[in-house]
Amino acid sequence: MSAVVMVNAGPKRGWKSLSTWIGAVIVGAAMICAIFAPLLVPHDPFAQDLAKRLQVPFWMDGTDPAHLLGTDQLGRDYLSRLIWGCRISMLIGVTVTVVSGLIGITIGVLGGFFGGRIDDAVLFAITTRLSIPVVLVALAVVGLLGTSMTLLVLTLGLLLWDRFAVVARSTTMQVRNLDFVAAAWCAGCSRFRVLSREVLPNIASHLVVVATLEIALAILLEATLSFLGLGVPPPLPSWGLMIAEAKDYMFFSPWVIVIPGVALFTLVLGINLLGDGLRDLFGARTDT
Amino acid sequence: MLSFLTRRLIVALLVAATVMTLAFVLTRLSGDLATSIAGANATQADIEAIRKAYGLDRPVLAQFFDWVGRALTGDLGNSYFFQTRVSTLIAERMPVTLTLGITGLLIALSVSIPLGILAAVREGTGFDRLVQMVALLGQAMPSFWLGLLLMITFGLQLGWLPISGTGSWENFVMPGVVLAFSAIPALTRLTRAGMIQAMGSDYIRTARAKGLSRASILLKHALRNAAIPVVAIAAVQLGFMLGGSIVIEQVFALHGVGFLAWESIAKNDFPVVQAVVLVLAVIYVALTMVADLMNAVLDPRLRV
Repeated sequence: MSAVVMVNAGPKRGWKSLSTWIGAVIVGAAMICAIFAPLLVPHDPFAQDLAKRLQVPFWMDGTDPAHLLGTDQLGRDYLSRLIWGCRISMLIGVTVTVVSGLIGITIGVLGGFFGGRIDDAVLFAITTRLSIPVVLVALAVVGLLGTSMTLLVLTLGLLLWDRFAVVARSTTMQVRNLDFVAAAWCAGCSRFRVLSREVLPNIASHLVVVATLEIALAILLEATLSFLGLGVPPPLPSWGLMIAEAKDYMFFSPWVIVIPGVALFTLVLGINLLGDGLRDLFGARTDT
Repeated sequence: MLSFLTRRLIVALLVAATVMTLAFVLTRLSGDLATSIAGANATQADIEAIRKAYGLDRPVLAQFFDWVGRALTGDLGNSYFFQTRVSTLIAERMPVTLTLGITGLLIALSVSIPLGILAAVREGTGFDRLVQMVALLGQAMPSFWLGLLLMITFGLQLGWLPISGTGSWENFVMPGVVLAFSAIPALTRLTRAGMIQAMGSDYIRTARAKGLSRASILLKHALRNAAIPVVAIAAVQLGFMLGGSIVIEQVFALHGVGFLAWESIAKNDFPVVQAVVLVLAVIYVALTMVADLMNAVLDPRLRV
């Protein structure tokens, strides 16, 4: 279906590849955790119990069976916070990608479709965006305006549209010159119709691949900002914030930073594996 | 070639001007700066005094052109907190960030180039897939977390390396490795792709036909052609690394430009914040220009 040059599919690609399935299972589990978090948590993730601070997880001696992954420095159940943190990571990953996707796809498609001066402007916008240090600017915005989920999502969304724009632009350029688009023009279709009915559906698979990779990137960045204290506001359990709060205890009980870190690493890896699998499946190219 | 250079330079200057405007707008986003500098307990008179002292009572456009005019002469204004010139502050902190960035880049190149070459030579084998897997793992690794894990392992448990400070070269080993991780996936993939393309070309077939040794073909002929785009991307990566070093400087308490920016954000010291954004962006723009020039020297088709 994809109109853009198909990449030669190797022997173990797409759904035949084990790594795609591993990615799909990880992402599926994360989605279940995110959606059903209120039903899945064994304890209230916000409830503090100072008598039960820093209980060790199940693989260590002296563990409390009520707290499988132990408790944090305020006695909050670590497993519950981990599940709730997954909800926050996924929520931010998806919403940031929606915002950045809307911006990037609009800019990229316009540049690729119209070319000329408009495309020059689009290329300039992409170049400028790439020269801006993302972490620093996101930190500055949140630092100046205060921490809130909405602000965080908007800031990251406004900063992360570059890859969408680059891919939308290059794939639109390829599709625009194909015969079926010429046919639509000849049939008297309007510009809007050609764009929405002929161009967009044919670049959609490439954009889906970019979207998965962007969700992973947004999740990593959210964790980084929360780690630096300017992301998700406490007491919300973001994985980055959990690592930041546990940092003072890591030399005596390393598991406090190992658990949220492994969760973050696994989720990002899973999304990337799924994204790579989808890319092979669609024959899409995300490099330019 | 000259017209390519001029056009590239004009774009670079325009980008710098746009970033300058954005950096200025960014620090004005919070609305009233005087109120946030004065703090929660300030009286109205304090706020007015601060507004006067920092020139915030003047029209925004006047403030903007004043800042741009001074920045062009190298004067980035005065820090509110440190009571010194911002340019002095940045100049003091820059060596740490540059050392970190270059260490990270050198580590990244010394890992990715050999890995990329070996993966290309053994394309499609288990080793190739392993290298690609390593690249994926590197992409998913949160840098601040990796930094903390290294601190626990090599700093505390093994006691091999210092966990913070900038006293000796040993202080830059762990932060450099962490920073390198972010660049290794891209550089490895590019080396691998470049080598595969080079190995399939006619001049390599000619070299083989001449009876040259495998090592000579690989290192003298193929690598030379695959290396220039890698070095060009490495320049761009260095730009990203300098921008991203803020996280690592924070983890390892390295007092570089990123650390300065982080401190200044917490203290509402906005002349420093806007200056650091500008300086990092200009360095990035300069590095991408270097990269473009390298590519243009290699590939005349790009100069059109």
